[in-house]
Amino acid sequence: MSGGTRLENANPLIFQRSGERLLTATDEDEDVADPIDDREIFDILSVSINDPEHPLSLEELNVVEQVRVNVNDQESTVSVEFTPTIPHCSMATLIGLSIKVKLLRSLPDRFKIDVHITPGTHASEDAVNKQLADKERVAAALENSQLLEVVNQCLSTKSM
Amino acid sequence: MAADNSVLLGLVEEFVSGQVDSKATDTAKGIKTGQFTILQLVEALGLSLTSSQHQTRGRGVQLLSLVLQECYSCLSEREVEVLLAFYENRLKDHYVITPHVLRGLKALTKCSVLPPGSAVSILRSIFQDVHVQSLMLAERSCVYNILISLMESREEELKGLGADFTFGFVQSVDGERDPRNLLLAFQVARNIIHRGYDLGKFVEELFEVTSCYFPIDFSPPPNDPHGITQEDLILSLRAVLTGTSRFAEFLLPLIIEKLDSDVQSAKVDSLQTLAACGLTYTHKELAEFLPGLWSSIRREVFQTASERVESAGLSALSALTSCLSRSVLSSDSEDYLQVFLNLVLKDCQHHLCEPDLKLVWPSAKLLQAAAGASYRASLIVSAAVIPALLEQYNNRTQCAQRRTLLEVLQGFVQPTPLSRPADGEESVLVAFQQSLCSVVFSALAESSAGLQVTATRVLTALGQQPGLLAQTDVEKAVDHLTRLILEEGDTQVSLAVVECSGSLAHLHPKAFISRMIPRLKEEILSESNAAVRQRCVTAVASVSSQLSVVQESAPVLLQVLASAHTGSCSFSMEEVTAACISLQRIAAHAHDAEEIGQFFHDNIIPRLLGLALQAALQSRDSGHSPLTDEAVLSALVPVISTACAALQSGSASRMAAQAVSLFLDGDVSFLPENAFPSQIQLLQSQAESRGPSQLVCLLMACVCSLPRSVDIPEIDTLLVQLEDLSCTCSHLFSYTFAAKCFAGLVNKRPAGEALDAVLERVLKRISVELDNVSSSQRTQAFTLLLWVAKAALLRYHPLSTALTDKLFALLSDPELGSQAADGFCVLMSDSPDVLNRSCHADVRIMYRQRFFAENSTKLVKGFNSAEQEKKSCYLKALSHIVNNLPREVQLTELPALLPLLLEALSCPDQAVQLSTLSCLQPVLLEPPAALRNQLEALFSRLLALATSPAMKVRIASLRCVHALSRLPEHMVLPFRARVLKALAAPLDDTKRLVRKEAVAARGEWFLLGSPGGR
Repeated sequence: MSGGTRLENANPLIFQRSGERLLTATDEDEDVADPIDDREIFDILSVSINDPEHPLSLEELNVVEQVRVNVNDQESTVSVEFTPTIPHCSMATLIGLSIKVKLLRSLPDRFKIDVHITPGTHASEDAVNKQLADKERVAAALENSQLLEVVNQCLSTKSM
Repeated sequence: MAADNSVLLGLVEEFVSGQVDSKATDTAKGIKTGQFTILQLVEALGLSLTSSQHQTRGRGVQLLSLVLQECYSCLSEREVEVLLAFYENRLKDHYVITPHVLRGLKALTKCSVLPPGSAVSILRSIFQDVHVQSLMLAERSCVYNILISLMESREEELKGLGADFTFGFVQSVDGERDPRNLLLAFQVARNIIHRGYDLGKFVEELFEVTSCYFPIDFSPPPNDPHGITQEDLILSLRAVLTGTSRFAEFLLPLIIEKLDSDVQSAKVDSLQTLAACGLTYTHKELAEFLPGLWSSIRREVFQTASERVESAGLSALSALTSCLSRSVLSSDSEDYLQVFLNLVLKDCQHHLCEPDLKLVWPSAKLLQAAAGASYRASLIVSAAVIPALLEQYNNRTQCAQRRTLLEVLQGFVQPTPLSRPADGEESVLVAFQQSLCSVVFSALAESSAGLQVTATRVLTALGQQPGLLAQTDVEKAVDHLTRLILEEGDTQVSLAVVECSGSLAHLHPKAFISRMIPRLKEEILSESNAAVRQRCVTAVASVSSQLSVVQESAPVLLQVLASAHTGSCSFSMEEVTAACISLQRIAAHAHDAEEIGQFFHDNIIPRLLGLALQAALQSRDSGHSPLTDEAVLSALVPVISTACAALQSGSASRMAAQAVSLFLDGDVSFLPENAFPSQIQLLQSQAESRGPSQLVCLLMACVCSLPRSVDIPEIDTLLVQLEDLSCTCSHLFSYTFAAKCFAGLVNKRPAGEALDAVLERVLKRISVELDNVSSSQRTQAFTLLLWVAKAALLRYHPLSTALTDKLFALLSDPELGSQAADGFCVLMSDSPDVLNRSCHADVRIMYRQRFFAENSTKLVKGFNSAEQEKKSCYLKALSHIVNNLPREVQLTELPALLPLLLEALSCPDQAVQLSTLSCLQPVLLEPPAALRNQLEALFSRLLALATSPAMKVRIASLRCVHALSRLPEHMVLPFRARVLKALAAPLDDTKRLVRKEAVAARGEWFLLGSPGGR
């Protein structure tokens, strides 16, 4: 995190962005209730979180994919798997934390949020997953103003 | 005189010894009014100018310079000469005096009567006696200004100085650091270069003193009062550096070096500077550096993640190529363009053939940039690249890869303005015409939507270049397009196909007439799937831009209407409306092609009127025809009015005469299939809903969109009948259109007594109706009032105030108040079918602003005096008016209206809430000072609306809350906790669109005041 002079992955593969979600007639209809679905969560994550290393969104780096987002609106659960760009990425915890914080800020209280690494894509998968699942450690991390600063930077929209 | 003299002496004394600065202005005033002369001033100054004290001498010179600044224009040549001699001599004086001397010289150089030779001597003494860079900022600026004004007025003399001038400038500017002065210095340097001053042997020196600032890195201090931006500096320095090809040997290595920089803005600046060089350089300057430049550009485009760097790199490559293409070849030298392009091809071409296609896009973009630079370059590049791409395409089998290749190909097929073949040259693609066509056709036959879309784009590009589609190819293309229209359900594909058909049909109408239209016609009139028919109808409209096609296609659509009317073919109401919309799109081409308007006038409009009339008359006894439906009639209105608006004066007058005689006298002679009863009265008011009176909308379409110069026959009778119909008819559709038609005619009628009489008569009638509270026709009278008021307001008729005042009065009416409030929306917005500019209505510019300026106080007063339950009407009217004002006006006017708008937010009417929120949102991005005291009220209202029952209100209020997060932190931080808590509820909203806004707003509010946030 010490503002490394060399990037760990200087030239990542960039993936095409899926277009904006198409507006349907039911979206405009007052009487139809739209459940919170995978795509909605994916949109929240893909648009607003930037990779700490690159000026690119998580979607463009393929860190989050829509198929790895699972929502159950009725049971109020969200599960997100994310894929670090390289297996030794030291930013994995930070990316996971940013995803978690973004979801905490963007979803109603009733949801139980589970963020973990896509199985088999990171060297210290278990350790990171454990940290992310531990409520107290997440809360403590956000008390740390330096860490909060970095997370907030990831969550700042590009236009600002 | 003596008295004046003592006054002058007094002024000088007070300035010099008394240190009273304001006396300088008094002295200058005295000289301007002729009270004293400059000579007298110099005499009066005598003692102080010769004093042995530096301070006193300085003060004396300062007074003289200040006076000269004011009145340099009233000096005579002799005076200027003497003063110049004095000032030049003073430059040698003590350094305390130099600033004042320079100021005086600056004033003198602005004189129009500068004696010959003086410019040279001024400059010689400045360059000799002053060390510019040890002066203060303002004095340095003085020197540059002296140079600039002398270069403006004495160019010839300065050029006589030869290279000494350049050298003097180089010496004085060397080391300058202030951006304001740099802008001036760059201006001088630019003048030196562009106006052909002698650089002598100082080329490198001049380059050194300017290029040391390249690339410019400057961020203006906050609240910079001078308003200099990095962009200003960059552009003025670029004009210097790229101004002459003599800098090339120094500049090009510098650019190559700076491209290695890590700073993105430096890269962009270097690339843009290189592109600018392309305009002034020739191949001679470039030749030696081409390999270096190319490898830098290639590296930037291949490796960058930034679009700015990429596009700057591509334009630099393009500029280099077009510069090389301009070079004149001599018999013994090699062709630099060929050499350079070989370099580019060698590095890029193989990427197009790599199996994983990884670097295909950057390579393709580079090649396309090079090819787009000139015709010759595109010949060379295409000859090498296109066969390779075609071969690749044929070897690949995956759709995604084929699509990529086809997209790359598309970039090569579309010529740029620079690479377009000149007259007599043929397209660079002629050699590949056959194989290109077969690739396109095979792609059209594939099942992948993306491939098909790209193929239609390539086809369009091919079609637009002469000689690339043979007759048989066009026919094949049309068959493919027809098939896709009939079979392909994907919206993106059908959109692309329709677009492609439109552009090809414009160039090759015959193939479309013989092959596409008959197929579509058959499909439209058959009992096929509604979606297919809909696509066919859209396609028919988009291919009809040429008269020959319109002659075939418009009758097909008419046939749809006719068979819907007779019931021989089952068309839904939507399909009939869609046919009308397509007819309107065809009619819109009449603006470009007069003969299409004529065709509509001769054939389509009479048939439409005939059909509508038949339907209206027949419906009394048999069942309802779709053509009596209000939705269909409303869709027919724009067809007729679009066509009529494009008519030339002869046919326009005929159109007016025919329409008027049809509606006033029941003259049906111009309608086809003349089987109408002889006594028809179309403008009689009837109560029934589907009666002939509703055809008044077609009358409006015919007569209200004609050019203003056309005289409407029997206009007075027509106006009387329309007025009667609109006041007495009880059918909403009919009386509204009668009122609109009346208004449309009134708006275009020439000003004069006749018009005033009509307006006064109608105003009287409306007043009588409205005053009669028990009358059943008050709504009709109100509708007529509204439209007539709009017609008068648009043309600034003096009576418009009387009419709009009536509308304001109605706001407190118990029955019509709400309608009157909504009426302001009609008044302020453009209506689509009448009284707009495309109908040739008399619309003055800025009528909305004027109306707002004249009436906003009335509205506020009315609001304050209204009873509590009536206030909402005023708020609604206000929000309609404000909402239709241009943004700039809103921003300036809103602070005054803010209390009222806040009131409107708590008004229960959702429409009022919504329009108020949409007014507020842009204002909140740059909040006026008045808002700062109202934040508490604003937040509580906005947050309450975030749970409003109406979805649009919720969205709009969340957007406002989002916008508020950008206010200065100290203002909004106190509200953070409250906002975050209140925004938790909309996160669980039932509507996704609301949640989206809530997520965005809450995210920003979380960042507010948090470390790393904002």
